[in-house]
Formats: sequence, C-alpha cells, structure tokens
Amino acid sequence: MTVFEGISLLRQGRAKARRKLSKSEKREAGWGLVFLSPWMIGFLLFYFFPMIASFVFSLYDFNPAVPDQATFVGFENWRRALFVDEEVRLSFIRTIHFAAISLPIGLGFALFLAVLMNSQHVIGKNLYRTLFYMPTMIPLVATVLMWNGVLNEQTGWINILIEKLTGIEATGTNGIRWLADPRLVYYAYTMFGLWGVGNAMIIFLAGLQSVPTEIYEAAQIDGASWWQRFIRITIPLITPVIFYQLVLGVIGSLQYFLAPFVLNGGTGFPEGKTRFYMVYFYKQSFTFFNMGYGATLAWLMFIVALVITIILFGTARYWVYYAAEEQ
Amino acid sequence: MSVKALPKSQVVPKRIRVAGMKLALTGLALAVLFLFLIPMAYGIVTALKTDNQFSEVGAPWWPASERKFVYEGEEYGIYLVPINGEIRELALYKKGRKSSFFVDPQNPEAGPFEWEGQWRQLERAWEPDPQWENFVEAWNTIDFLVLLRNTFFYAAITTFGAVMSSALVAYGFARFRIPGKGVLFMLMLSTVILPGAVTLIPTYFVFLKLGWVGTWLPLIVPTFFSWGTNVFLMRQFFLGIPRDLDEAAMIDGASPFRIFTSVILPMSGPALTAVALFHFFYAWNDFFGPLIYLAGHPEKFPITVGLTAFNNLYSQSTNLIQAASLISAVIPIIVFFLAQKQFMQGVVITGVEK
Repeated sequence: MTVFEGISLLRQGRAKARRKLSKSEKREAGWGLVFLSPWMIGFLLFYFFPMIASFVFSLYDFNPAVPDQATFVGFENWRRALFVDEEVRLSFIRTIHFAAISLPIGLGFALFLAVLMNSQHVIGKNLYRTLFYMPTMIPLVATVLMWNGVLNEQTGWINILIEKLTGIEATGTNGIRWLADPRLVYYAYTMFGLWGVGNAMIIFLAGLQSVPTEIYEAAQIDGASWWQRFIRITIPLITPVIFYQLVLGVIGSLQYFLAPFVLNGGTGFPEGKTRFYMVYFYKQSFTFFNMGYGATLAWLMFIVALVITIILFGTARYWVYYAAEEQ
Repeated sequence: MSVKALPKSQVVPKRIRVAGMKLALTGLALAVLFLFLIPMAYGIVTALKTDNQFSEVGAPWWPASERKFVYEGEEYGIYLVPINGEIRELALYKKGRKSSFFVDPQNPEAGPFEWEGQWRQLERAWEPDPQWENFVEAWNTIDFLVLLRNTFFYAAITTFGAVMSSALVAYGFARFRIPGKGVLFMLMLSTVILPGAVTLIPTYFVFLKLGWVGTWLPLIVPTFFSWGTNVFLMRQFFLGIPRDLDEAAMIDGASPFRIFTSVILPMSGPALTAVALFHFFYAWNDFFGPLIYLAGHPEKFPITVGLTAFNNLYSQSTNLIQAASLISAVIPIIVFFLAQKQFMQGVVITGVEK
C-alpha cells in the first residue's frame, strides 16, 4: 500500500530534516528536483493553482462569455447550493443511491470471477481470463450503446431470452423496461459497469494468488470447509485489495457521467433518476456556463470526496489487514 | 483390515468428486461467460441486420431479409400461408381485402390462385442475408477515417508525453535523496483520487483565454507533466533495477541524465510498455475532456465523442449504431490481444502494491 509506504517515508524525512545537507547531498537533491520538475510544475499548474482559483471562482457570479460582468457575490453560490437549490441534494442522493447498488454488485462480481479463475478445477482459465477482460478494452461509449441495444424492451436479447426461458411476458407493452423504469434503471446501468470488471478481477486474482498455500493446508487439516477457509482466510488477507478498489470505486461513482450523458444527453430520463451529480455539474458549467456556480458544485464534490476518503481510511484499521504492520 | 481398506475406498470417490467439481466449475464459468458476452453477440448480429427487420413484426433474431419470388419479371414477397392445416410458402401476387391471389414458387406454371383470408395477418418468409455493407455505410456516414486519424494522433502524441514524463519523474523518486520526498510522493498519489471537476473550471478558463479551447492542446499539454499512477508503476520497476549499474556508470563519469537514458531506460522495456498501453487505452476511451474542449468542432472529434454524436443523429438506425460501436472497438481489442501480458502485469502492480 503506497499510502502507508508514503507515511513511513514521511516519518523518515522528518527525522532527517533537521540535519544540514552536505555538498554532495545538495548536489543529489538538486538533480532529483530536476527529474521531479515535470511533475512539480504540472502539479502547480494543473492541480494547486486551479484548486485555489476554483474556490475563488465559487465566490463570483461568472460567465466566461462575458468575463467583464463577473460580480463578487461572497458565499451566495454556496448558500444556493446548500440550502436553496434542491437539485444539488437530489442529484447527490441519486449518485449515492446508484453507488450503493453498483459498487457492491461490481466488486462482488469481480471477486466471484477472480475466485473462479483461481480455482484449480476450472479448465482453460487463461482463456476465460482474457475473454472476461476483453470488454474492459471496448471504449465505454461503444459499451453503453451495445448494452442500450441488448436491453431494448422490444428487440433486446435480454428480454427475449427471459421470455423464452421463464415464460414471463418480458417484451410486450407490459414488459421489462430496463432503461425506462425508474426502479430498474440503476440495475441496468450496473450491468454496463460489469463490462469494466477486468481490472478489478485481475487485481483480486493477484491478491488471491499471493495468499500463502500453507495457511490453507493448515486450515484444511483442521477440518475447515471451503466456505470457512474463504471467509476466515481469503477475505481477511485480501482486504487491502478490497479497500483500494472500494476507495477508487467510491471516488469514481461520484464522477459518474458517461452512460447517462450518452443515453439521454443529461435529461435524467427516466423521471430524473439519472441526473447524477456530475451530470448536473456539467449542465451548470458547460451548458448554462454558470461557471461560478459550477466551481461551487465542484468544490462541494471535492469536500464530499475528501470526507468519504477520510472516513474510509479511518475505518480501514478495523477491517483492513496489513501483514507488514503486525509485528 | 478395515482400517487399511478405508483409504482405498475413498480414493475412487475422491477422483470422481474432483472430476465432478471440474465439470461443474468449468460449466459455471462457461455459463457466466455466455451471459457476459451476450451484448457482444447481439452487437455483431444486429450490425448485420437489414433495415426492414427493425420495423417488421415477426422478423427473426438473425440477419435476414424477406424472401422474394420473381414471377413474369416482377418481384413478389413470399408469405407463410396456412392452407388445409399446413403452412406453405407462397408469393403474394395480388393483394385483396378479404382474399388475395398467390403464386406457388415451386409450381409457378399453375398460375395465381385465390386464397380466402387477410394477407396482413400473414407472416413473411425470411432468408439469411447478412448486410456486411452496414459496416461500410457506418464507416462512411460517421466519417470514421477522420475520427480514427484524430484518435490515433491524440493517443500517439499523449502516450509519448505520458511515458517520457512519468519515466523522468519516477527516476527522481526512485534514485535521489530529496528533502521532503515523502510529502511530495504522497501529494502525487493523492492527485490520483482527486475528482477532476475541482480543477476543471479555472483550467478551462485559462485555456479559453489562451485561445486553446477548440484545439487539441488542452488535452495534449497536461500529459507531458506526468500522471500519478504511471509514475508509481515506473518507480516500482526502477526500484527493482540494481543500483550497482548506476554506480558503475557514475564512476565512469556519467551524469544522472546520461545514466537515465543509457542505463535505466534500456532496462525498463516492460514498465515503459505497460505505461504506454495504459495511456493508449486511456486516450482511446477519453470522453469528458474532448467533449468539453472540442465542443462545436466535429472535424476534431475523437471516436468516443463522434460515436455519441452519431448515436444522437441516427438513433433509429440500430444496425448502423451497432456497426459503428464495433468498429470503434476493433483496434483496442487487437492491441489488447497482442499485449495482454504486459498490460495485465501493469494493472496488477498499480492495483495490488498501492
């Protein structure tokens, strides 16, 4: 875990900082900074200053078409976002609602596939691994368009298959309207997401393969069943990997944008259900060009992401297992 | 005796049990894979369909066109007609409200004969007819050559920038003692999970003032300043290269930059390839950046944005949309099959060790 590695580097750095640098050490540090300079310049230009500027923008009523008319409004944008504009709260709740459905299903499916690919009983594992990975490579726009077709209520194969196999009337006027029914649309979007399972799958797979086999053998001798071994040994040992995927997944969900934008242009169809936070941010900033208000929404997202990350890291010590820390 | 016999009697069932497990789990994997790839099969089959298949009721699920029969120099559609409890394939010669005239393609000499019933109730006869031209039509309609050229240009130049800058920065992090390196490294990794929106608006405004909005520059220039995940991956790799090699070169009087180009880089093929692949796929998939910075300049669109615009314009041409989607997926899939090993290794390094 590089974050923990980073913390230890931090401690080392602090211990050394007081000492004066010798001439050769200065030379080395100088060369090092030369090599770091692309990142340091990039960090200042594309992260540090824009973040501060973004906050300053949030205090203005600002449209880039008429920059001269920008007026300072203090915290008016913030007041509007937090207390007046209902859509901010609603789009945020939608985003969380969708994440609460799609993340567990997505991570669960990735883990399921990884366990399957890791089983000694599955013949032709490498082939499966490649084929399960392949859709991850398809541009997301194409993925969304293919799923949009296959989930079509009349002509899509999913409904036709359901009807053929179960006899439920899936295609007609009372059929399953995956993308038009507000109760189903998040599950439909979750399905697109499963096509991006590849990365999580092989990261889980590497995690599973790093579990020492002796532990399993010992547990087997003690009479532990497969399920007990999975819950008591496998899961705890791969919690660092699960944790990392969870953090990335939550941050990614907050910025979920492409599928709703491609499918309905940000109208939120059906019934506004897919007007997620990032879609609303895009509309305000790049359709209406309310960039002061857009910057406010962006900063709010940043604060939420930061709080969620801190909470996740705070809970990590209760459930994430780090071999290196147990001494 | 009975103690000795026990393991022997367990050997056979165990072998059968393992075989059963193999069958069951492989079957499960196959079944999941089948469901998983349905949209892909759907996309391919749909891309080959004729336009009429989407409007006609009772059209088959496979690419097909209505069967026709040429009678006395004219084309007539073939229908499935129930006569005396059996269904016959007959060509509809003359339509009528209560009854119609049909010709039997098997026996056209007999001439048209009358059939009592409403022809509108009849289903058409279909024959397999994959429309490979749909791919050509999609290619031309969407102006794929331009999209492809744009995407290639974008992917190639930014991949170069991303690889070179990440290698430089990773070398700095891997080999030099710098005061405050830990803080810088943490800062770099935290930018990976920073939501892009929070820096977007001022950056957009600056690019607008520079006159760069509507060009590729806002998308290209930032990639030359390295990116956290790539730096991390390269740094991990550089840490694995023995320091003795650097030191030997240093004793020979090589400068750190010389060591980087002639010792470190030549040994880092796998890491450079992994980062190049990451970035190539990223660029091929990039949507939000081009959407914002290239809005209103369709001649500069990459594939993703072009495909979205196409979908909005031709939403009724389901077959063409599927064909275009498939075309856009071909190159990434080919690259993936050629380089999957290096690519997956890279994913694992950035995903597990972090």
